[in-house]
Amino acid sequence: MINTQDVLETINMIREENLDIRTITMGISLWDCVSEDVDRLCDKIYDKITKRAEKLVVTGNDIEKMYGIPIVNKRVSVTPISLVGGAASPEGYLKIAHTLQRAADTLGINFIGGFSALVQKGMTEGAKNLISILPEALSETRNVCSSVNVASTKAGINMDAIAMMGSTIKRSAYLTRDENSIACAKLVVFANVPEDNPFMAGAFCGVGEPEAAINVGVSGPGVVASAIRRAGDCNLSELADVIKKTAFKITRVGQLVANEAARRLDTPFGIVDLSLAPTPAIGDSVAYILEGMGLESCGAHGTTAALAMLNDAVKKGGVMASSHVGGLSGAFIPVSEDAGMIAAVERGALTLEKLEAMTAVCSVGLDMIAVPGDTPEDVINGIIADEISIGVVNTKTTAVRLIPAYGKKAGESVEFGGLLGTAPIMAINTYSPAKFIGRGGRIPAPIHSLKN
Amino acid sequence: MKAVITVTGKDTVGIIADVSAVCAKYRANILEITQSVLSEYFAMIMLADIDALDVEFADFADALKVLGEGKGLMIHAMHEDIFNTMHHI
Repeated sequence: MINTQDVLETINMIREENLDIRTITMGISLWDCVSEDVDRLCDKIYDKITKRAEKLVVTGNDIEKMYGIPIVNKRVSVTPISLVGGAASPEGYLKIAHTLQRAADTLGINFIGGFSALVQKGMTEGAKNLISILPEALSETRNVCSSVNVASTKAGINMDAIAMMGSTIKRSAYLTRDENSIACAKLVVFANVPEDNPFMAGAFCGVGEPEAAINVGVSGPGVVASAIRRAGDCNLSELADVIKKTAFKITRVGQLVANEAARRLDTPFGIVDLSLAPTPAIGDSVAYILEGMGLESCGAHGTTAALAMLNDAVKKGGVMASSHVGGLSGAFIPVSEDAGMIAAVERGALTLEKLEAMTAVCSVGLDMIAVPGDTPEDVINGIIADEISIGVVNTKTTAVRLIPAYGKKAGESVEFGGLLGTAPIMAINTYSPAKFIGRGGRIPAPIHSLKN
Repeated sequence: MKAVITVTGKDTVGIIADVSAVCAKYRANILEITQSVLSEYFAMIMLADIDALDVEFADFADALKVLGEGKGLMIHAMHEDIFNTMHHI
């Protein structure tokens, strides 16, 4: 028996409050493609991806029709290329990046993730070669995404790797200077990177993953914001319940879609990522949720507390709705992809320092933040080191996706279009951390990593 | 397998007849209809058995959508599971 109220509520969530499935991401293992000949390796990678994910886009579109809910992105993540690339030269890695692009074009997907390296404890020659060619790989391809894991709670922080990232990011910005330095939007620096994340740019198929898996990322900031608005002047315990119930409903849809996609693609279900992922669309903003909770503006004192409560309630509501939870799971706070965050930065209420504090209590980290094009490499390294240590010490994932927009200054903005949105260029503290970063070596793992 | 068809918009003559005609054409069997009219605003929810559908479900949903667009109505056909999973534990 169908309940009229339930039906109308669901329809309203989808049509008016921007509820959607943000992504179905198929993780594909490339271990069986390994070859010492890079051309042979590329051929095997192309064949495996295009065969395994052949029906991904059409299946996503069919499920979208069946349930009447938009499935915004269909994507693929692969085994970190620094692992399967092995002995490849930098030019060999570049060839692999082009192969991934070719596979993405054939499949009609909008991103392919996994041009990645795991260097939290040290760097292999392969990882070094991959990182050295990242600016070219990201500027010569359109849909290939990359991530570098530079730290973990177990391994500590690889400062030598962080020291390479500032120059890599700056060069990526320079090579795509005619496109607002967009290459930087496809590169994430991680601590404690999850191995089953469906969201870009950080998605890859981890080393313990099966041959292939379906991972789904849900969304719905607009639905949560509306539920909070309807709840009126209730206290925080009641508000947490409202958020939990809403997150449960959103996540159940994600689980439904994940099960159906797994069945139709004959691929095991991996995880649902319990995320609140904003888009630049009006109303689909995490900042608006925080303001709906009672802040005059996102970025005001009290923002970290509100975000901590929101993030926790989303997880509590979502976890019961899904059989397996993974990925990043939490509220995202990318600046350029969230209309409310952009407005908060523009009115001077939200600073980089406040964003850093917020990342201690939610998912991901300093995400899609544009900084002046002349920001020194060492300052970028310092921003990364700070953010990464928040993740390492708190045993959580943190990440940095910074865009030092070439030729632009604080107060200007850069337009990326689509889901990547518009980024106001934020002023930053340029006092130098060069000597600290330049010491190199590793920051030891924190004492609470010793749990055995 | 059952589909939930929702129709919303300004009330006019023959909405149920038009939607039913599309259901009959593609062999969707109507099981239940709930409808209400509130200050000229029409809302109808229809439950239909689509096991015997003679086209793909996506085409059936598109046919209803096109019908709605021609009459200034919003018509959505969705698999019932989305409502069941979202609202029931």
